[in-house]
Amino acid sequence: MKLAGFLLLPAGWLIVLCTQVLLAPGQNVARTGFVFAGVCVEALGLVLVVRAHILRRGHRG
Amino acid sequence: MTPDSAAALAGILLVPFAALGLALMNCGLCRSRNAAHVMMTSIAVLAVAAIAYFVCGFSWQGYPGLPVYVLRTGGKEWDWIAAQPFFLRKLPLEGSAASLAAVLGMFSAGIAALIPLGSGSERWRVRAICASTAILAGFVFPLFAHWAQTGWLAQLGYVDAGGASTIHAVGGLTALGIIWILGPRRGKYNSDGMPLAMPGHHGVYVLGGCMLAWIGWIGLNSAGAILFSAAHAGTVVRIAIDTTLAASAAALGAALTTRARFGKPDFSLSANGWTGGLVAISAGCAAVPPAGAVLIGLVAGAVVPLAIEQFELRLSLDDPGGAVSVHAIGGIWGILAAGMFAGQGVVQLIGVATLFGFVLPVTYGLNVLINRAVPMRASAEGERHGLDLHELGAGAYPEFLTHTEEFLQR
Repeated sequence: MKLAGFLLLPAGWLIVLCTQVLLAPGQNVARTGFVFAGVCVEALGLVLVVRAHILRRGHRG
Repeated sequence: MTPDSAAALAGILLVPFAALGLALMNCGLCRSRNAAHVMMTSIAVLAVAAIAYFVCGFSWQGYPGLPVYVLRTGGKEWDWIAAQPFFLRKLPLEGSAASLAAVLGMFSAGIAALIPLGSGSERWRVRAICASTAILAGFVFPLFAHWAQTGWLAQLGYVDAGGASTIHAVGGLTALGIIWILGPRRGKYNSDGMPLAMPGHHGVYVLGGCMLAWIGWIGLNSAGAILFSAAHAGTVVRIAIDTTLAASAAALGAALTTRARFGKPDFSLSANGWTGGLVAISAGCAAVPPAGAVLIGLVAGAVVPLAIEQFELRLSLDDPGGAVSVHAIGGIWGILAAGMFAGQGVVQLIGVATLFGFVLPVTYGLNVLINRAVPMRASAEGERHGLDLHELGAGAYPEFLTHTEEFLQR
């Protein structure tokens, strides 16, 4: 779970970066939408990493 | 030297007060058996950070007008990393803007590296601290600072005059990774997973550290704004007012929040709120109106104590110095708030995405590797006796008899 979370974090960032490279500066709505999509992917990754940390703490007692 | 350069230099010379303030806060928030260890490792962190930044940090951070490596894609040029020679070669150290940026970067790298120290205190060994600091000050901080101050993020219009993201969010996210690797202090959580209170040993250090940090922050924000946001010397007046207002509103916000939560204002959480306000205003210190600074500080002051409480309770994060809440959450709030006032929230969001998508995985991964090579966590016995005796061989308060129950023969 932790590995998946840590892979989702850069994956979301790459979405954000690709938005800046691939979409023209005039396409503001699409750019903003993809930036938010990338941030959502990162948020999912962060949730997984945090959850994995809590579960590991639980196993240790 | 121009008036702007002189103002920047004056600001830079105040920055060590911020380092002293943070070190004192970290020291006051730990237990007395670890006090000398915290101060000793603070000096070690500043030393390693300065040398790492001298060796390679500035080479990768650079300054506008100095050589950079550019990636051309999609018909655009992306400035990814500076191309300065190592060891500050070819940089005339005579008061030019680039040389002032090198001094500010050296001090800022030390401050960024002091932030995780508060999170890992009482269980983080000296050798591992030095190795982690070298990575942070020599690679992670300079690279992100280059992106935010002169590189591709800056080209997009990213606003961070005083280092809310480059120094504080980077340090705070590194602190988060360190906490995940180290785990909580022994005895912090009971068998039901409930956190137990481990109060710091010296409230006066904590509150005195806050006041020293305030002086340092005015210098940090002023120098950063002049060198990286094209502010002029006169802007220092606004920066000093905004910085003070944000810290004041944050301290009052934190005091009110903790009074509402616990019946009385909590001094250590109020101190964290004060620092959170300083962190939050760093990004927009040169552009936000004074009323905006009060708003930014109030929100930071309300959020930081709640974040500290919830992170400890729900996320099992044992963070003695509150670095994740103060520096990561405060810094990210500051970046977003600066974007709201500048009317460019999306660019600021790209900066936040870079922090979580690049800085956090990289700094966590590198610290995991360090942990393999140099185990970070002190032994159970060392933790029980305190790292003063275990790692340094002498306590901070040798004439005091403390924690007697652990040394009495049974």
